[in-house]
Amino acid sequence: MSDIKKIKDDYLNKLNNDLNVESLNQIKTELFGKNGKISNSFKKLGLLPTDERKKFASDLNSIKNELQDKIDSKLQEIETKEINSKLENEKVDVTLPEREFSRGKIHPVSQVIDEISSIFSEIGFSVEEGPDIENEHYNFTALNTPDNHPARDMHDTFYLDNNKELLLRTHTSPVQVRTMLNGKPPFKIIAPGRTYRSDSDQTHSPMFHQVEGLHIDKDINMGHLKGCLNYFIKSFFEVDKIKMRFRPSHFPFTEPSAEVDIGYEIKDGKIVIGEGDKWLEILGCGMVHPNVLKNVKVNPDNYQGYAFGIGIDRLGMLKYGINDLRAFFETDYRWLNHFGFDPLDVPSNYRGLSR
Amino acid sequence: MKFTIGWLKEHLDTQKKDNEIIEKLTNIGLEVESFENLSSSLDSFKVAKIINAEQHPNADRLRICDVDIGLDNTVKVVCGAPNAKKDLLTIYAGPGSIIPKNNMKLSVSKIRGVTSYGMLCSESELNLSNESEGITELPTGKYSDKIGKNFFNSKTEKVVDLSITPNRPDCLGVRGIARDLAAAGVGKLKKISLKNIKNNGSQKIKVSITKVKNQGCTVFGSCLIEGVTNKESPKWLKEKIISLGQKPISAIVDITNYVMLDLNRPLHAYDADKIDKEIIVRNSKKGETFEALDNKEYKLGDDMCVISDKSGVLGLGGIIGGTRSGTEMNTKNILLESAYFIPRSIRKTSKLLNIDTDAKFRFERGIDTQSIELGLSKAAELISEICGGKISNFDIQKTDKHEKNKIKFNVSLFEKITGFKVNDNEIIKILTDLGFEVSKKKLELDLKIPTWRPDITQPIDIVEEIVRIKGYENIETLQPEKTKIKDTLNTQQKLFHFLQRSVASKGYFETVTWSFTDSKINKMFKENLKEIKIVNPISSDLDVLRNSIFTNLTFYLKKNLDRGFKDISLFEIGPIFKGSKPGEQLTVIGAIKSGKISRLNWNEKDRIVDVFDVKKDVIQTLVEAGYDRQSFFVRDKSPSYYHPGKSGSVYLDKDEIDPVAYFGEMHPNILKKLDIKTEGLVGFEIYMDYLRENKTKLKDLKTNFEYSDYQKSERDFAFVVDKSVKAQDLIEIISTIDKNLIRSIKIFDIYEGENIPQDKKSIALNVTIQSSEKTLEESDLEKINKLIISTVETKSGAKIRS
Repeated sequence: MSDIKKIKDDYLNKLNNDLNVESLNQIKTELFGKNGKISNSFKKLGLLPTDERKKFASDLNSIKNELQDKIDSKLQEIETKEINSKLENEKVDVTLPEREFSRGKIHPVSQVIDEISSIFSEIGFSVEEGPDIENEHYNFTALNTPDNHPARDMHDTFYLDNNKELLLRTHTSPVQVRTMLNGKPPFKIIAPGRTYRSDSDQTHSPMFHQVEGLHIDKDINMGHLKGCLNYFIKSFFEVDKIKMRFRPSHFPFTEPSAEVDIGYEIKDGKIVIGEGDKWLEILGCGMVHPNVLKNVKVNPDNYQGYAFGIGIDRLGMLKYGINDLRAFFETDYRWLNHFGFDPLDVPSNYRGLSR
Repeated sequence: MKFTIGWLKEHLDTQKKDNEIIEKLTNIGLEVESFENLSSSLDSFKVAKIINAEQHPNADRLRICDVDIGLDNTVKVVCGAPNAKKDLLTIYAGPGSIIPKNNMKLSVSKIRGVTSYGMLCSESELNLSNESEGITELPTGKYSDKIGKNFFNSKTEKVVDLSITPNRPDCLGVRGIARDLAAAGVGKLKKISLKNIKNNGSQKIKVSITKVKNQGCTVFGSCLIEGVTNKESPKWLKEKIISLGQKPISAIVDITNYVMLDLNRPLHAYDADKIDKEIIVRNSKKGETFEALDNKEYKLGDDMCVISDKSGVLGLGGIIGGTRSGTEMNTKNILLESAYFIPRSIRKTSKLLNIDTDAKFRFERGIDTQSIELGLSKAAELISEICGGKISNFDIQKTDKHEKNKIKFNVSLFEKITGFKVNDNEIIKILTDLGFEVSKKKLELDLKIPTWRPDITQPIDIVEEIVRIKGYENIETLQPEKTKIKDTLNTQQKLFHFLQRSVASKGYFETVTWSFTDSKINKMFKENLKEIKIVNPISSDLDVLRNSIFTNLTFYLKKNLDRGFKDISLFEIGPIFKGSKPGEQLTVIGAIKSGKISRLNWNEKDRIVDVFDVKKDVIQTLVEAGYDRQSFFVRDKSPSYYHPGKSGSVYLDKDEIDPVAYFGEMHPNILKKLDIKTEGLVGFEIYMDYLRENKTKLKDLKTNFEYSDYQKSERDFAFVVDKSVKAQDLIEIISTIDKNLIRSIKIFDIYEGENIPQDKKSIALNVTIQSSEKTLEESDLEKINKLIISTVETKSGAKIRS
C-alpha cells in the first residue's frame, strides 16, 4: 500500500510541474507503459493473499484513475496553452476596415410611389399606368377641356407635332380615360407616373410626378372622397391626426371640384404636418364630371364617383424635408445617397411605410 | 383679380370684419392669394415742405434741400429738379420706399459727395400723370397743414388679390365677387344706382355686324358722346386705378378700365372724329394689317373678328384697339363700344397673334351678354360727369338674342353627389341670391341661369353652386371601405418593382432623369430609332425624347465625375421612346458603373470595372426575378455604343428573337465624345417589355423538390480549342451529353500563351457527375469521361490537353 501511495504522491507532484507534451508522455510511459509502475503493481496483484487482494486492487484502481485524470487534465492544459500561444501570434487588428461593400439606393420618388401604392392597396385600389406621350384627345378633350377652354392655358404643354395633336401628358388624368374606356365600372384605381409641363423654376420642373385616383361606383359621393383622402394623408404622413380643409375650386374634369389644404406649422425650422394654423395646398380633386363619364361610355345616371390628383414629388418633399424640387432630377451622387432609401426598405402595410 | 375692401363695399352692404370676408372668399372658391395693406407700399409717401434749397457744391444742376417731413428735424435730400425751391409743398419718399413707376427701392445714398436721405417725387414717378419735368407741386391751400401726413389717402384700404378660376368670369369684376359673398351670407348686394342720364338724339355713326360664318361678334352696343374735354382723372379714380397696380392714363381710358374692373364689362372708346364714316364689324382678310395700342403692327389672317371703318381695320374686337382711332387728350367726340364677342373666336385669334390683354382675358372666359347697356350707361354717366359732353341714344346691333339658359334641377341630385342634405328653401335662397330665377315644381326646380354665368350648363353645376356656398365643411368624412376589385399590381408592375430593388441591392444608386434629353447626346445612343423632337422644348439642350436611358445617365455620370467622385454606380428605370405616338415607348433599366472595384483597399487589390461585373449584375438580377439561368443564351451582338469586343446580349432562351438585356464596356468613342474621364465605364440595359411572364407560379415551383443522396464525383478537363470557340458552346455540348448525370459545369481557367498554338486557347472545366439512382462506379465514370472528351472533340474541334 505505501508503495503505491508513494508512487501516487511522487507522480502527482511531478504532474504539477511545468510540463510539455513530451515530458507528459514520458510520465505516462513510466506509469502505464509495459513496465510502468502502475502496470507492474497490477502484475503483483496475483501474488497477494486473497483477503488483501481486494483492498489493494481497489486502492490501486483509484490511484490509477486519479493519475490518469491528472494526466488527461494536464494534457488538456498543455494543449490549451499551446493553442493559446499559437493564436496569440495570429492576432490581427480587427479595427481595420471590413471588406468593401456597396450599398445601393432607391430614389425618393420611387419610394414615395411605393408608399402611396401600399396605402391605397389597403383600401382596395389597384395600380394602372398610361403612356407618357398622349394625344390631345385623351389629355384634354375627353377630360372636358375642349380646345377653346381657357383651362388649357393652365397647362404649359410640350408638343411633339405642329398640329398640337401629340404631346407629353400634362397630368395623369388621361389614365382615367384609358382605364374607363378599357373596362366596365366599378373602377377603383390609382395611376402614378411622370407628367410634363414646360415650366421651370425653384418650385416647377419640366417633368414631375403625379398620382391620379379614381373611384367610380353606383353611389360614391363627396363624403367618400373626403374619407379616402383623410385616410391617405394620415397614413402617408404617419400621424394620428390631420387638419384638412376642402376648398371649392375648378377643374374642367370634375364638378364639384375642390382643392385640399393640410394644416402645418414650422417647428425648429422643420415643417410639422397636421398641426398649426398655416395651410398648405397639396392636391386637387372632385366628383368626376358627367361629361367625362359620357366620353368614356359610362352612364352618369347610373355611376358616379370621385377623382383626385396629387403631386408625388411635393409629397416626398414634405415628408422627407427636401426643399428643392429640381434636385430630384439632377442626379447628384451626394443627394441620392442622402435622400435615397435602402432597397430592402420596401414600404408595406404590415411592416410599416417607413422605418 | 385685385380689388380693395372699400371698392367691394360699394357693392356689398356688410358689417363683417375684413378677415371674415377674406376667409369667406376662400371658402366659396374665390381663393385669396394675398391680402395686403395698400398703405404698406404707399404709406411712405409724405406731404413735405422744402425749408431751404441751396446749390450742390459739386454739381451745377443739383440742389441740396432741407425738407420738413413733419418730424422734429428736417432731412437733407439732393434733388435735380429745377422747381425744387424754398417753401414748395411736394411729395417726399423716404429710404425704403418703392417708386411705383419703376419699382425701384430707395436707399440712403451719396450723390456727388453729399448724402441724400430719400427723394422728392415727380408726378410721373408716382404714376399720377406723365408729368416728369420737375417734382410735384402741391397747392398750398389744401396741403399746408398736412406736412408729414401720407399723401395717398388710403390708410384703411387693403388690397385683396384673388386667383379666379377660368370658370368664373363674373368674378373678374368687383360686383360679381360681392354677389357671391352676399349669397354666402356676408351681407347684402347693393343695387346699382344709375343717375338718369339724358340721352340726346341718335347715335350718328352707323354700325353694322356683317352676317358671315364664324362671325365672332353677336352684339355691338355704342353711344356717341360729343363735346368732351379729356383730362387727367380725378384723384378718387386715379387712386382706384393705382390701388390695383395699374397706371392712370386719361379720364376716358381710366373710366372704361374702371367699369371693366367694377362690372367685368370691357368697353372701348374711339375718337369718333378718326372713324371713317361708319363702323363695320366683320371678319378680316388674310394680309390685312393694323397698328394696335401696344404699338405693334399685326398682320391678320382670315376670319378674325375686326372692328373696321371705311378705311380699314380699327381694332381686333374684344382683344385690342388700334392707334388710328385711339382717344387722346385733345379728343372731342368719342364713340363708346360695349359689345359681346364669342369666347372661341377671341381665343383663336389671340392665340394666333399671341396677344394677351385684359379684355381678351375676360371675353375669352365669357362676358355677361346682358351687360351691354349697363356698361354704356355707367361709363357715359362718368364721362359726362368728369369730361362733360352730350350723350347720344344707345345703338344696339344684335345677331343673337342671347336668351337665358334654362335647367331643370332635381334637388335629390344634391344629396346623391355630396352625401348631405340641404332643405329646399335654403337651396332656393342660395340660387336666388346668386342671380338664378327659380320656380319650384314638386321635386324639381326650374332655373333660369344668370347671363353672367356661362359656366353653368347642367344640373351638376347647380350642385356645385349650392355646396360651395353652403360650405365644403358640411360634407361628412366617410370611412373608406376596403373592398378590392382586382390585385393592386399586375405581373408587369410587380416585375418592375422587383427589378428596381434588385438592381439597387447590387450597389447602384437609383436616379430619375428627364424623359427628354440633348439630341447631340441622344444621337450617340439612338441606334436606328427615330429621333423624336419636342416642338417647344424648355431649352435647346433638352430638345428630343430620349431613345436610350444612357443619354442622361452618361451626362450625369460626367457631372458626378467632375464633382470628384470616381467609382459611381447609377441606374434608372423608366421610359425610352421609339415613336411619337401614345404607347410607342419601352420600359428599360439602364445602369452604368465607372472607375474601380476595391479602390484604395488595404486588403484587396483594386481592379478596373469590367464587362463581367455588369454581366454578373444582369444575370443575377434576371435570376432573382425568377428566370432560369440554365436556359439563358448570350450572344456577342450589342448596340454600337458598347465596346464591340467586350459586350453582349442576353436572351432568356436560345430561340427568343429579342434580347432582354445588353451589357458591356462602353465604346471608347462615347467616352471621348462626352469627355468622360474615368479608368473604366461599363453598363447594362434590361428591356422589361421583352421579359416574358413566368408561366410557373412560385407556389407551383415549390412542390418539386428533388435531390440525390448518391455520391457525386468531380472531373477536371482541359480542352485546347480555336480562339473563336465560345465557352457557352462548350458548356452546352457537355451539358447535353447526359442530362441525368452531368449536374454542373464550371469553367475554372482560360489560358492562352506558351505551349498553346497562337490561334488556340485552353479552357479548363470542372464537371460534377452524380446519378439520382445509384452510386456511380469507376467504370461508369470512366465511360462518361470518355464520352465527354469524344463529344467535345468531334463537335467543337477541340483537343483534350494532356
